[in-house]
Amino acid sequence: MAVIRREAVFSNKLLPYLLVAPQLVLTGVFFLWPAVQALQQSVMKSDPFGIRTRFVGWENFKALFADPLYLGSIRLSFVFAGAVAFLAMSLALFLAVQANRQLRGSQIYKTLLIWPYALAPAVSAVLWVFLFQPSIGVVSLALQGLGIPWDYHLHGGQALLLVILASVARQISYNFIFFLAGLQAVPKTLIEAAMIDGASSRRVFWSVVFPLLTPTTFFLIVMNTVYAFFDTFGVIDALTKGGPGKATETLCYKVYLDGFRSFRINSSAAQSVVLMAVVILLTAFQFKFLQRRVHYEGGG
Amino acid sequence: MKKARKSLANIPAHLFLAVAAALLAFPVYMAFIGSTHDAATIGRGRMPLTPGAYLGQNYVQAWAYGTGERVSGTPVRVMMVNSLTMALAIALGKIFMSVLAAYAVVFFRFPLRNFFFWLIFITLMLPLEVRIIPSYKVASDLKLVNTFLGLTLPMMVSATGTLLFRQVFLSMPKELLEAAKIDGAGPLRCLWSIVLPLSRPSLAALFVVMFVYGWNQYLWPLLITTTRQMDTVAIGLVRMLGTSESLMDWNLVMAATIMTMAVPVSVVILLQRWLVKGLVEIGK
Repeated sequence: MAVIRREAVFSNKLLPYLLVAPQLVLTGVFFLWPAVQALQQSVMKSDPFGIRTRFVGWENFKALFADPLYLGSIRLSFVFAGAVAFLAMSLALFLAVQANRQLRGSQIYKTLLIWPYALAPAVSAVLWVFLFQPSIGVVSLALQGLGIPWDYHLHGGQALLLVILASVARQISYNFIFFLAGLQAVPKTLIEAAMIDGASSRRVFWSVVFPLLTPTTFFLIVMNTVYAFFDTFGVIDALTKGGPGKATETLCYKVYLDGFRSFRINSSAAQSVVLMAVVILLTAFQFKFLQRRVHYEGGG
Repeated sequence: MKKARKSLANIPAHLFLAVAAALLAFPVYMAFIGSTHDAATIGRGRMPLTPGAYLGQNYVQAWAYGTGERVSGTPVRVMMVNSLTMALAIALGKIFMSVLAAYAVVFFRFPLRNFFFWLIFITLMLPLEVRIIPSYKVASDLKLVNTFLGLTLPMMVSATGTLLFRQVFLSMPKELLEAAKIDGAGPLRCLWSIVLPLSRPSLAALFVVMFVYGWNQYLWPLLITTTRQMDTVAIGLVRMLGTSESLMDWNLVMAATIMTMAVPVSVVILLQRWLVKGLVEIGK
């Protein structure tokens, strides 16, 4: 497919600048300038009253990576993101495969699986607190009835599990939408051909359908990691506030705590820069791969 | 015969889908039940699984006052207006700015065009969490704390929107605009009477996605608003929840949750087709 280089339709000199101006001004004021400030603060150190500031180079980063609490938070964030992405994606894929069959009422099922996308992570967490609150929640009472000492205010492992499950529940809808769209794009003739060759439906799925979903899967891995790292802030804030102890204090929640609760500005800025590196890697990964997909589409 | 065998084969699929749907709906069902009892019944840890008699009272109280004996919250009517204002402003603002920027990038050639496009693109890599303290400082220096402008303006930058409209505009036949130009239409006239009407499906799809996105914001409102009058739904509900002790007005919290959920959930259910289209298009 030849790339057609478009010529300009209009030749106004000033107008295009006016058109991009609103978005550029906001980008500069609220994105680029603060990001530069964060970079700058991450290599400075202020006294507690913010009166004097001096350049310290890598010191904040060295301190960060020597801090067992920070290393713990890194480990926790990866376990958390891995669990959320894996559970939310595999459950969504399974459900999308079911919903993609010729079922009676499949539109109703789709709606029933998509609506949770409307819930803010924090609001979804409020619903979960009501189920799992140790002394009044119906699910926790049922668990205690079975002899399980459920109290996520005390047990770090339970708190983490709860935060993971609450984050997964909402994200299933998002993944479901994409997997279903991906499945619907798989040519029926391809599946029929494999069936005629005598492949079992399980075999058809893993060797014909799933490979065709690779672009969707990669895209969702990135999106779910971003979701788990950043968008679950509300879930954690509503459910556990990072506790008990540091059991659910992910990198993102720690940036907030250190910056706005403990006022450790420079450490928080250094943590921001680490997160920035994570996002840049994820975005680069996504776009490298996206280009490949464009290539496939062009070639096909 | 063949049909009967086929519907038999579909039973497991029905079962899995129904169970998943029920599990996802269960928290909402229990929240609804909680919103129909009195605080004492819930606080004793003996809440029945069927509705109680306090529905009307709880909803009226949550709607008008948001405050009970052991909960001091913001009235639902205030939170709803705040969230609605925020969501609409963010959705419309994002669309407005990204349409203009994409229009300039696609239909004009001007120095720094690519540079500007990249500046907007870079914002994808700068979520709030990586510039949290300086962003707050900028907003407070500009006296934007506790204002709707402060709540929404920083959220209106949209690299995804700009990318999406760029794709849409690139796929439009250039001849349409050339013809209009010959008829004497200027660039803004062309945008308004040709480009926008042709982009209607994408506009609708992006609006639904961005409305839900705007409604669900949490961290920025948490930082930028400090008064109850400015509480959005998510902030207000978590504030009501407090430390989630057993003895509090769970009935009011749940009534507030159910009422406020109704808005984004209806949007997603009624405009599902557009939501799906929008998400998938952005993902491309």
